[in-house]
Amino acid sequence: MHPAYSVIFLTTATGAGYGLLALLGLLRALDRLPHDPAFGLLALGLSLALITAGLLISTAHLGRPERSWRAFGQWRSSWLSREGVLAVATYIPALLFALGWLVLQRHDGAWVQVGWLAAVMALATVYATAMIYRSLAAIPRWHHPLVAPGYLILALATGAVWLNAVLTPFTDSHELVKAICFAALAGGWLVKISYWRAIDNAQGESSAASAIGLGEVPGFDQVRPLDPPHVQDNYLLKEMGYTVARKHADKLRRLTHLLAFLAPLVLIIIQTASSGIVGLAAAALAAVCVSFGVIIERWLFFAEAQHKVMLYYGADRV
Amino acid sequence: MTSLPKVPTPKRLGLVIDLDTCVGCHACAVSCKEWNTAGYHAPLPDTDPYGKDVDGVWLNRVHGFETGLDSKTGGDGEKAGRTVYFPRSCLHCEDAPCVTVCPTGASYKRTEDGIVLVDEDICIGCKLCSWACPYGAREFDTDGGVMKKCTLCIDRIYNDNLEPEDRQPACVNACPARARHFGDFNDPESAVSKLTVERGGVELMPELGLKPTNRYLPPRQPAATGAVGRLDDAPTSGGFLDWIDRVLSR
Ligand code: SF4
Ligand code: SF4
Repeated sequence: MHPAYSVIFLTTATGAGYGLLALLGLLRALDRLPHDPAFGLLALGLSLALITAGLLISTAHLGRPERSWRAFGQWRSSWLSREGVLAVATYIPALLFALGWLVLQRHDGAWVQVGWLAAVMALATVYATAMIYRSLAAIPRWHHPLVAPGYLILALATGAVWLNAVLTPFTDSHELVKAICFAALAGGWLVKISYWRAIDNAQGESSAASAIGLGEVPGFDQVRPLDPPHVQDNYLLKEMGYTVARKHADKLRRLTHLLAFLAPLVLIIIQTASSGIVGLAAAALAAVCVSFGVIIERWLFFAEAQHKVMLYYGADRV
Repeated sequence: MTSLPKVPTPKRLGLVIDLDTCVGCHACAVSCKEWNTAGYHAPLPDTDPYGKDVDGVWLNRVHGFETGLDSKTGGDGEKAGRTVYFPRSCLHCEDAPCVTVCPTGASYKRTEDGIVLVDEDICIGCKLCSWACPYGAREFDTDGGVMKKCTLCIDRIYNDNLEPEDRQPACVNACPARARHFGDFNDPESAVSKLTVERGGVELMPELGLKPTNRYLPPRQPAATGAVGRLDDAPTSGGFLDWIDRVLSR
């Protein structure tokens, strides 16, 4: 599948933003975060900026962006519509949460407990985003049980590493957040390794013969393409026909291992062992690394996905 | 509404395409383009039509395949290698994933006859339906910013201004090999139902379970035509032909 930059940016930016929002809501409801409104402004501001930028950029890949309000209509059947509804609805608890923290400076009661709701809805939005891909049987590498867990845990991991970075100037003792970073990064790493192993070993369910209906017809169940219908790339080939060479994919997977998982883990260990400016630099670098790592991971998620329509254009099995 | 019809549609309109007789002339594709660039989905734009990077929206495309490559058929050990031309367009699936993924309701399946359509006035051009269709039946119109697909020539088949014999999809009318047939699959007496039964009509990618309405008729087995056998054992019946055969065989 063609890796469109708007969609890659949408899913990684909103993922980090919702992951951060979920952790802020949760940890503040449990009273495990500093009350300092400056911290609140930085952390919540970052989260809402990432979410809002991601959502706005995502309309850039629409053919008719001025009609995008129509996308809220079909939540009964469409995960894309559900994503839109949840994304907008999440602003309500998120803004109430921000109001209580930053403006009213209330650190107990309903103003804090609304953090639970913000957390649940933020994660539900990420889940809906993942299900847009997960539900497409035409693209087997997306139609995979590890896709939704991957989106959720990577959202939490990027959110946690960013939370660790913005928290560092305000407090030295935030072991719980570091523990969440470790858990989410390790979990994300495990999911990604299992996912790549699974898709590498998967045998495509459809063949070129089944694509033209001859899969079960004796004598004709072996086919190979002869004349293409057109000699230049059409919409289908441009949108679904994107392929990335094995050796490039391998290189990018290694880069993902390094940037999304290994580097942030090591940098947070360094941060724990040091203090002052070194610690802050390590925490900030971890956040930059994990963001680039997840962008590469998401690029690969698109570039490595094969669409069944390619069976009509030379693919053997998808 | 992008939820699929709750009860089976009373009619199931669709096409039967005969892979045995299709000669790959592209007449159906050209005639489809011609009708639809002025009809329901007008226009079907082309970008750079006379330049180097020709591209454009087509709702029907004809692929050529080789088949019968490694199989022994006909009982005489001959290879049955042959060309199959395969016209590809929307199959108007019963469990159409392109419809349920649509966030706006622009993609819908008609409850009366099962035709799958896009309402261009509502479509936001998110392209998700084209990702959801495994058959590549939807193409994006970069000029209009909306999705296009086969309408089963809804503006012909119910068009009282046309002669009754012309109230069929443009592709069916154009086919010089009579490889395309249109009708109601819910009617067991219709030509499409009968052909499907007689010739063992097949679904595309049945493993996905989308219940496509259109059926394809597989190539006939070579043994059934007798073409290979006729060359091998010319009858020796005596008489004039036999005499010529003996003279020429010397
Ligand atoms: S062939 Fe594709 S576009 Fe047509 S109904 Fe089936 S899934 Fe939808
Ligand atoms: S491109 Fe249009 S018809 Fe297709 S899913 Fe999006 S809004 Fe619906």
